[in-house]
Amino acid sequence: MVQHKSALLGHQKDARFSFEVERYRKDFPILSQRVYGKPLVYLDNAATTQKPRQVIEAIDAYYRTENANIHRGVFYLSERATKHYEEVREKVRDFIHAASSKEIIFVRGATEGINVVSQSYGRTFLKPGDEIIISHMEHHSNIVPWQILCNQIGARLRVAPINDEGELVVGDYAKLFNSKTKFAALSHVSNALGTVNPVKQLIQMAHEAHVPVLLDGAQAAPHLAIDVQDLDCDFYVFSAHKMYGPTGVGVLYGKQAWLEKMPPYHGGGDMISSVTFEKTTYNVLPYKFEAGTPDIAGVIGLGAAVDYLHAIGMNAIQAYEQHLLMFATQTVSKIKGLKIIGTAQAKACVLSFVLDGLHPHDIGTVLDREGVAIRAGHHCAMPIMERFKVPATARASFAFYNTTEEVLVLERALHRALEILK
Amino acid sequence: MTDLRDLYQELILDHSKKPCNFRVLEKTSHTAEGYNPLCGDRYTVYLNIEGGVISDISFQGAGCAISKASASMMTSSVKGKTIDEANMLFEEFHRMICGNPGSRVNEAALGKLVVFSGVCEFPIRVKCASLAWHTMKAGMEKSKEPVSTE
Repeated sequence: MVQHKSALLGHQKDARFSFEVERYRKDFPILSQRVYGKPLVYLDNAATTQKPRQVIEAIDAYYRTENANIHRGVFYLSERATKHYEEVREKVRDFIHAASSKEIIFVRGATEGINVVSQSYGRTFLKPGDEIIISHMEHHSNIVPWQILCNQIGARLRVAPINDEGELVVGDYAKLFNSKTKFAALSHVSNALGTVNPVKQLIQMAHEAHVPVLLDGAQAAPHLAIDVQDLDCDFYVFSAHKMYGPTGVGVLYGKQAWLEKMPPYHGGGDMISSVTFEKTTYNVLPYKFEAGTPDIAGVIGLGAAVDYLHAIGMNAIQAYEQHLLMFATQTVSKIKGLKIIGTAQAKACVLSFVLDGLHPHDIGTVLDREGVAIRAGHHCAMPIMERFKVPATARASFAFYNTTEEVLVLERALHRALEILK
Repeated sequence: MTDLRDLYQELILDHSKKPCNFRVLEKTSHTAEGYNPLCGDRYTVYLNIEGGVISDISFQGAGCAISKASASMMTSSVKGKTIDEANMLFEEFHRMICGNPGSRVNEAALGKLVVFSGVCEFPIRVKCASLAWHTMKAGMEKSKEPVSTE
C-alpha cells in the first residue's frame, strides 16, 4: 500500500507530468498560512477558490492608480479605467470562445446571471402552461429562479432524474421534451457531486426540439476549457470567485440574437441611450444589461484571474486535477465505511462522501483542527441529498494548487475523525 | 490549545449514539420543528405539558453528534420541570456554551449538562448545541395558557 502511494507521488514528478504545483502554490499568499498550528490544507474550492497575488495586486493597482468611473469621464483616469474594463470583456470573450464581446455581460455572479435570464428572457418569451426543464443535480441557484418564474407566469418546472452514480440519464432527459417545453437550464458540472454533464449532446437534443439552453458553468470555469460556440449553448453563466478571481463579479454570456430581443433586467445609468420622462431608449449590447456603476475593480481582478489561468493552460490544469482526483478517490476509498456520493464516469475534482455513522459536521470540525478545510452540509443542493438519502455529505473539492501530499493529510485527518468520534 | 476531546467527550458521544427519549410521544400537547440550514440538522421536539409542567418530552430527527447529544440530554434534564424552570435552565445552558472559555458556570444548576462547556471553544458549533433547546422553547411558547403560572 505504501509502495503504491509513493508510486503515485512519484508520478507527479514524472517528466511527462511536469505540472509545477509547488511554483503555483507560491502565488497564493493564503496557502502558506497555518491554522491551529498545522499547515492549511484548503479543500473547499467548490465554495470559493483562493486568489493568487496577481489578482490581489491587479485590484490593488486599480484602486491605487486608475480608480475612476467608467464610460462617462472625459479625463485621463476614466479613459484608462474604461479601457482596462473593456479589455477584460475581450479576455473573457476569448476565455469562453464567444463570437463577440457584445455577448459578455458582467454581473454579480452566476446566480445573478441566471436571474437575469429567467426574468428577462423568461417573462418575455414564456407563457402559462409552458415547461422548463432542469435536473435533479442543480444548485439552488439554478432551481429557485426558475421556480419564481414558474409562479409568476404559471409555467411548469420539470426535473430530469439522475442515476445512483449521480449522472443524468440521457434517455430520460430526452423524454421530458414535448411541445410545451420552452427552456432548459442545466449545470455544466455539479457542485455537490462533481459530475460533468454531456452538455454538448444534451444541447443538441434540446435544439432539435427548438428549446434554448442555459448552462450553469460556475463549477466548470475553474476546471475545464470552455467553448460556448462549440457547445452551442444559448446562455452560459459563471462566477469569478470560483476561478481564482474576486467575489461579487461574474459573467453572463448570451447569444447576441437572444440578448438583442431581451428587455433590460435592471434600469439605471449606463444602460440607456437617451432618457426623457416620456420615453427611454436603451443602450446597445452589452451595456443594456449593465445598469449602474459596476464592480470595476472586481472585473479587473477577473481579468487577472483569466490571464493567470491562461498562462498555466486549462488543459494542463484539467490533466493535473484529474490525476489528483484519481489519487484522492483511491486514497479515501480505502477508509473502511467511507462511501463516495457521486461516482460519475466524467467528474471534476470534487469528492463528496459520507463516513459510516459519523455526521459530516463532526467530521468537518475534527478535520478543521488538523488544518484541513472541507465543506459539510447540503452544498446548496438539498434535492441531491434527498436523492441519495443522506442529510448531508462531507465534501473535499480540489484546485490545481492542491497536492497529493495534501490528500494524504486529508486521509490521516479522516482516520483521526474515526478515532475521536467512534 | 483546546483539545477536540473537550468537545467530543465520552458522555456526548454516548448520547449521540444512543439518545434518550428518541421517539414520538404518544400523548403530545405541543410539538415544534427546529432546523439548522447551515448543516441540514433537523429535529422535532414533542412535549406533553400539563398544568405548566413538562410531564413528558421526546425528540426525533437527524443531525450531528453535538446536536443529537444535546437534544438527548435536554429531554432528560427538563422532564418533570415547570416551563419556567426549563426556560431558566436553557438560559444557564446558553450562557455556558456562548461564554468565554474558562469562565465560571453554574454547575449545580446545569448538572450533567456541564459536559457541553467545551462548546464555547467552538463558536461554529453553538448553534448545534442549542438547536433542540430553541426548538423546545418554540414548542413551549406555542401554548400561552400552560405557560401562565399566575
